[in-house]
Amino acid sequence: MNASNSIGIVSAKRAQFDTPLVFRSGAVLPRYELVYETYGKLNAEKSNAILVCHALSGNHHVAGYYADDAENIGWWDNMIGPGKPINTDKFFVIGVNNLGGCHGSTGPSSIDPETSHPYGANFPVITVEDWVESQARLADLLGIRQFAAVIGGSLGGMQALQWSLALPDRVRNVLAIAAAPHLTAQNIAFNDVARSAILNDPNFHGGNFYRHNAVPTHGLRLARMLGHITDLSDDAMADKFGRELRDGQFNYGYEIEFEIESYLRHQGDKFASSFDANTYLLMTKALDYFDPAHDFGGDLNRAFARAKAGFLVISFTTDWRFSPERAREIVRPLLHNRRNVSYAEITSTHGHDSFLMEEPHYFDVVRAYLDNVAEELSS
Amino acid sequence: MSMRQYMTTSAAERPDFAAIAAWIPNGASVLDLGCGDGSLLRYLRETRAVRGYGVEISDIDIVSCIVNGMNVIQNDLESGLSDFEDNSFDFVILSQTLQATRHTEALIREMLRVGREGIVSFPNFGYWRNRLRVLLGYMPVSRELPFQWYDTPNVHLCTLRDFENFCRKHNVSVMERRVMTGEREVSLLPNLLGSTAVYRFRRGI
Repeated sequence: MNASNSIGIVSAKRAQFDTPLVFRSGAVLPRYELVYETYGKLNAEKSNAILVCHALSGNHHVAGYYADDAENIGWWDNMIGPGKPINTDKFFVIGVNNLGGCHGSTGPSSIDPETSHPYGANFPVITVEDWVESQARLADLLGIRQFAAVIGGSLGGMQALQWSLALPDRVRNVLAIAAAPHLTAQNIAFNDVARSAILNDPNFHGGNFYRHNAVPTHGLRLARMLGHITDLSDDAMADKFGRELRDGQFNYGYEIEFEIESYLRHQGDKFASSFDANTYLLMTKALDYFDPAHDFGGDLNRAFARAKAGFLVISFTTDWRFSPERAREIVRPLLHNRRNVSYAEITSTHGHDSFLMEEPHYFDVVRAYLDNVAEELSS
Repeated sequence: MSMRQYMTTSAAERPDFAAIAAWIPNGASVLDLGCGDGSLLRYLRETRAVRGYGVEISDIDIVSCIVNGMNVIQNDLESGLSDFEDNSFDFVILSQTLQATRHTEALIREMLRVGREGIVSFPNFGYWRNRLRVLLGYMPVSRELPFQWYDTPNVHLCTLRDFENFCRKHNVSVMERRVMTGEREVSLLPNLLGSTAVYRFRRGI
């Protein structure tokens, strides 16, 4: 990576909200905090802001690195920075840790001021709609009436879509990448297996493991291993690991033998030591519940009638979790409602994870679209 | 980093653009199949204030369309137009693409399902220069057919008569036709003297 293209040293900010947030479930969170980062400069009209929404395991640290931790590079640093497709020379980019997260925003591992204990199982089940509402309040706080674009991949793409539906006047463009208008039964099934691994871990203690000084590492690790399998393509795994053996021979036992086992367990361990199990549960539930057609008798055409934004929808050929066919389910209701929409299907070998990879054509598509958005702002 | 590789065709390079635009009223909705870099759509937006979408399969063209500010849907025309609803456009255009389609019959049917009218432009294989080349024992290579036999994308070349026979047989009603050689309109012996044909048609009754 070219260091001159990095936004450089960044730091997280914190915003406090004291107006109660009523969740879609009916639950109420009396107050909460969101951590966020910003890159680039907000223009005088406050019209050049881009919100980047994160997916299941992401957070607010989207680009750059920290002064005291240069190795901690933002998860979408290849996409965001000076001269990059999401160009911080032109846009004011905001990354926010979603409510319910475990990287600083109020979530299950935060202390509930009412009880002085972590929320744990008491943290309300959250939906994409609730996230958008909480993000809108952050926009209010920053004086941003309308985003030039809301951008996200996967679950982040769902949030971007929801922005256009819930607050159509507050977003000019939506970039929904590797996303779908709702999960399929197969997607939900994978999430249920992941959740079962966590819920059945003896260290989970019904979600209140903090007070037992326990961590359901085992369940979280399994959940993450499963996630890695579904987010990679068969080909990518075959290319990377094939049937490689760590010791070059069969050991006829149950220890790690194949390289893929080693990789998955390493990824699982790494994740389980840094991520909150309750957050993982919440994120997967938010994925499962998202379905804009739900309130419109299953009719996505009617659901998208409210949208006013311009849309760029992007899918990846080897993504079998949110396949190109699923992305076209987003495109069709936009065509039906005669919205401005472009759709690109990127040839990529990395499965669902492709949206995080630097692929020249993919980056050119995003760059071309956002360059036009920037041009409209300045004209 | 440079986006310069995404070039744009100018209307001057494509005389069929003006012929197509002449049939399209202001504010019409248009679907441009095989839209390339989006330059026809852009031309129609600038001259006719149309709104619409392009459909294109090529990666580079997708970026060019976006650079051009045009809506573009990446899709293989050969797999049909299932993303588009019946009668959802005033015009469905197939500009210099017909001859490169494999499932030509199905595509014309799809055009008239999605659009109220269809417009196609294609190189006339019956143009005298093409005939002469064949007579001399070679495949035609020209401005309209700039390919060698071994690298041409064209699989379904036809003459004006062929196309009109096709329309009769498939219950497609031709409304208007313009035949050109370069920018010059051809009215005398069009199947012999015209290098490019543009047709406007709808479903037959």
